[in-house]
Amino acid sequence: MKRKPGERLAAIAPYLWLGLFFLFPFVLVLKLSLSDQALAMPPYAPQIDWSAGLAGIKRFLDALDFETYARLKSDDLYLVAYLSSLRFAAIGTILCLLVGYPIAHGMARCAPGRRNLLLLAVILPFWTSFLIRVYAWVAILKPEGLLNMALEAVGLPGLSLLNTPVSVYIGLVYCYLPFMVLPIYAVLERQDHSLLEAAADLGSPPWKTFWQVTFPLSLPGVAAGALLCFIPMVGEFVVPDLLGGAQTLMIGKTVWTEFFSNRDWPSASAVAVVLLLTLVIPIVLYQRQQAKALETGQ
Amino acid sequence: MSRFGEFTRRAAVIAAAAAVLAGCGRGGAKEEVLHIYNWSDYIDPAIVSDFTKETGIKVVYDTFDSQEVMETKLLTGGTGYDLVVPANNSVPRLIQAGVLQKLDKAQLSNFGNLWPDLMARMDPFDPGAQYTAPYMWGTIGIGYNVDAVKQRLPGVAIDSWDVVFRPENIAKLKDCGVYMLDASEDMFTVALAAQGKNPNSLAEADYAGATDMLLSIRPFVRKFHSSEYINALANGDICLAVGFSGDVFQAKARADEAGGKVKIDYVIPREGTQVYFDVFAIPADAPNPTAALKFMNYMLRPEVAAKASNYVQFANANQKALDKVDPEIRDNPNIYPTPEVFSRLFVATSKDPKLVREINRQWTRVVTGR
Repeated sequence: MKRKPGERLAAIAPYLWLGLFFLFPFVLVLKLSLSDQALAMPPYAPQIDWSAGLAGIKRFLDALDFETYARLKSDDLYLVAYLSSLRFAAIGTILCLLVGYPIAHGMARCAPGRRNLLLLAVILPFWTSFLIRVYAWVAILKPEGLLNMALEAVGLPGLSLLNTPVSVYIGLVYCYLPFMVLPIYAVLERQDHSLLEAAADLGSPPWKTFWQVTFPLSLPGVAAGALLCFIPMVGEFVVPDLLGGAQTLMIGKTVWTEFFSNRDWPSASAVAVVLLLTLVIPIVLYQRQQAKALETGQ
Repeated sequence: MSRFGEFTRRAAVIAAAAAVLAGCGRGGAKEEVLHIYNWSDYIDPAIVSDFTKETGIKVVYDTFDSQEVMETKLLTGGTGYDLVVPANNSVPRLIQAGVLQKLDKAQLSNFGNLWPDLMARMDPFDPGAQYTAPYMWGTIGIGYNVDAVKQRLPGVAIDSWDVVFRPENIAKLKDCGVYMLDASEDMFTVALAAQGKNPNSLAEADYAGATDMLLSIRPFVRKFHSSEYINALANGDICLAVGFSGDVFQAKARADEAGGKVKIDYVIPREGTQVYFDVFAIPADAPNPTAALKFMNYMLRPEVAAKASNYVQFANANQKALDKVDPEIRDNPNIYPTPEVFSRLFVATSKDPKLVREINRQWTRVVTGR
């Protein structure tokens, strides 16, 4: 089969992109994770001695070791931080789904003209800096903040939410909600309305129609939204740093400590590599399930 | 979804245009530029604009609030900064890693204004002051809301580390809010001093003991953070912070400006505490070291150093500036300690990577309970 050059380029473009912006940086991080800490600039050894040619590269490869990974295994801090991050991300994703699904559902049922307006409202927060939006939550949740002023005004006792896990969840849901709403909305909007009419004609009550028709058909959107929320949440640093308290242990902060406080780039890289591998698993599972669904023709 | 696609496309075009414009701004101008990287809230902005007026050198001024971030950027190299302000204990590491360049003393005619006593204390970190020139110096101590603390700890003199490191005291302050620096090495020096140990101990067992003490008071600490406490103290959101002297005095100044409803004070605990020096230094790969030297020499003028102190409420390292510093700052023993208090201050030494890792691991235990 003969292909035009443009087509061939289009076919390899995604691979080029992945190779250049994912695989290459990943190899660098992987190499760094096998190095050792050093008091130098940059603060790790070994460095490749290009002038020595092949011998230099061989010497470099010989100096790499798995010492950093041994440390990750020997100290349970890392495991606890991973598990804690996964828990924050899992609960945050579920909360996003609980809040985001009704929003997406409501939007999809609106008249087309109003849909665009609502869509704009969902995207609008992105026009302000992420950091500033998180700081705004500090102003709302702090002891003398807007929330407590409002509670006081109606005669209710104040809450101290800032620097607790609750405020981290509030921040996570707030920041990642659009990533949940948009994919679900995209699926629901395309759904065939005649299916619902048919269900109603056959005597199915609305809640049953929802659980047996609407929801199962929207699952691809839910899965996409869940992945889009879950993956960045696991590595989230800004939200737990600004809204979290002393007891909020997340892997992003662990990487920070390794990188900045310990000045140990190899350990920081090892933590990041392990995190990446943990995150690849759910994606692979999702892909496999999708492929199976295609095969069985669902 | 088509609208959404249109949106992102348009946003991408705008972003690209903005990037091009920003690029032009940087490359097109021919004026001389000096890039400074200093602690947040650590200079009178008028000094920077005065310097530009006098020399025509444009100053791009960036700030950090954590020594670690600054050090990591320098170790990475290629920061583009001409002048940085590390603290004394990171100087030996930076020198050894080859991050700093030697100062051309011929261009620092005002270097002789520096205080010999302080220079002697700085000598172990930078022998012969070859790489650095001290800017300000300060202590780590207790900043507190006078009324709130007096009400909760009646009859307790606020002059000792016991106020923060004894659970029976600090527990009573939990409701009004306690902050501590999120700076592992600094916090361990004062914790060890409070226990009567060598603050620069090399024994891991000493750090384990300090960790136990810190863990016993951890439930009463709202947050470990190295800069938020300035505003929090000033606004009355918290009532006590273990922090840097100058930062607490800034909180005090802000509270006074806001009408004086919140009364802040700072104390050097009688068990002694860490004194630190923030020093000017020039990165080895600085694009414009000449301008950096000019700025350094400008800052070493007595009247400029005094102006800086009057604004940031820190003691400067300039002996000739002393009589130009506001009397209320100069005569405050918590800013310019008396010789008797000074004798109880210690400097933090530079520790080897293995001990630093152990200290940071213990600190993570303190902060997270793990």
